Amino acid sequence: MSGTPRPPASIEGRPLGDRVFRGVLTVLASAVPILLLLLVLQLWHGARPAIDRFGLGFLVNSTWDPVVEQFGAFPLIAGTLISSALALLIAVPLSLGVAIFLTEFAWQPIRGPVTFLIEMLAAIPSVVYGLWGVFFLVPFLSKTVYPFLRATLGFLPFFTGPIYGPSMLSAAIILAIMVMPYIMSVAREVLLVVPASQREAALALGATRWEAAWTTVVPYARSGIIGAVILGLGRAIGETMAVTMLIGNRHEISASLFAPGYTMAAAIANEFTEATGDLHLAALTYVGLTLFVVTLLVNAGARLLIWRLARKSGTA
Amino acid sequence: MNGRTLRRAKGHLMVGLLGLAVIVAVLPLVLILGTLVVKGAGALNWDFFTKIPRGTPGEVGGGVAHAIVGTLLIVGMAALVALPVGIGAGLYVAEYPFTRLAWTARFLADVLNGAPSIVIGVFAWAFVVANQKHFSAIAGSAALAMIMIPMILRTTEEMIKLVPHSLREAALALGYPRWRTSLTVVVRTILPGIVTGCLLAIARAAGETAPLLFTALGSQFFSVNIGQPMAALPLVIFGYATGPYEEWHRLAWAAALVLILVVFALSVSARLATRRRTDGRH
Repeated sequence: MSGTPRPPASIEGRPLGDRVFRGVLTVLASAVPILLLLLVLQLWHGARPAIDRFGLGFLVNSTWDPVVEQFGAFPLIAGTLISSALALLIAVPLSLGVAIFLTEFAWQPIRGPVTFLIEMLAAIPSVVYGLWGVFFLVPFLSKTVYPFLRATLGFLPFFTGPIYGPSMLSAAIILAIMVMPYIMSVAREVLLVVPASQREAALALGATRWEAAWTTVVPYARSGIIGAVILGLGRAIGETMAVTMLIGNRHEISASLFAPGYTMAAAIANEFTEATGDLHLAALTYVGLTLFVVTLLVNAGARLLIWRLARKSGTA
Repeated sequence: MNGRTLRRAKGHLMVGLLGLAVIVAVLPLVLILGTLVVKGAGALNWDFFTKIPRGTPGEVGGGVAHAIVGTLLIVGMAALVALPVGIGAGLYVAEYPFTRLAWTARFLADVLNGAPSIVIGVFAWAFVVANQKHFSAIAGSAALAMIMIPMILRTTEEMIKLVPHSLREAALALGYPRWRTSLTVVVRTILPGIVTGCLLAIARAAGETAPLLFTALGSQFFSVNIGQPMAALPLVIFGYATGPYEEWHRLAWAAALVLILVVFALSVSARLATRRRTDGRH
């Protein structure tokens, strides 16, 4: 036999090569917990001046005035949640529809290419979405869709007021486009795991293909789909560039969706390099810390739900 | 009979709506790529790739050579750190999965993966820029590396878990020590998959803007000094797109086209690397 390796360096205990191997890998693996610890500590340390000065009231105050050094992040938090929720409202039916279509109804040869195309959407950098949004999407929406909405649904407070272009609704729409591939791909994966017996049982009882899919397959994957949606929420909350280019960047909450708004990420991106003082920087870091915690909670919730589905289908 | 035709019709309607959803979903991709090609291709010329911006803002001409080199340097440095750490950590988590460190690393990698990139940028600012008292390409690379490491860790781990245990056991039975089994048998088998993970992480890092905003900061000048602010393609796109000059907008479209081509080339070749394994040829 050619190339038979030499016997290990030591017979008793582990060979030297193994010990070195494990040692090196342990060091590299420890980088992750260390980095995360540094992240949290550094954010906390940087935000301290603002935390000491404003406490938790920072999260419910609405005044953001660098000149008198009064900072309140409520419009940012509200704006983040509103834009993300709106984005999900648009993206979830779309993503779910595509996922169900691709797993239940699509003609076999087109499944691969269509999945590929939608996953390519996820590869487009945020700033390119912003560029397209600024010069194509927002002008188009301002000239066609928004006036239409105001004309037909103008009795609702959401669709009143002047149409600037950059607005909460514009940001929500671009967020929906950005988040859609993620929700679609996770939903598709959980739908694929549903046992065929579910669909087959419904068909055997005389259901149409749509009825079989809608009444047996989709509910079976329910917690996984909810998990996919919350994962999408987590992504939407953290999106920065496209949002800051389309949302209008105003520290205000307004009932009208045509009005400009702000999100936590967009505020940090915009004001960090132009911060007027140490307290301003600390306030922005405080916003960063809040954003990190919110994303953490949302992602943890999503993962818990997806894990529950995996358990359920394992015991089914 | 009537009930059945009604149900059948409803079924057809719903499937039709779903098909419509697919078209609506794919539409933005087509529109974005189309707009990029139409508006950006015109500005692509030799000058674009080899010159830096003109002296006066908005002056016609010039290019983004400084940003292309900047992106290569910043992402390159980040990859230099992130690849070994990510692959090594992924290897650890896959080879010794029952240790506390493996569980912690895997969990915290997921946490880091979900963290918004702007928050990582704030961290890199506080950790590097604030201490050095100036912006630098190194700070930008640090932020990008921190984004890439958890991505590469997870994909490496998933790939290594795909290698059948029988392969491992055969090598060990023939007398290979554990370290040699891991490196020359397991990793060698799944190398295309690991490369895929790395390419995807690099593609993601190349497109990131937010973490570079206050670390590398951007620059108007050509520079290879990694201790100073440096330009990058995404930063140029952001700056020019939000600026007032028509010429800037033209350059932004072209830069975006280049960036998308690079990101797509990396992503597609990454997927091709794994697809080749399943074509039955070996």
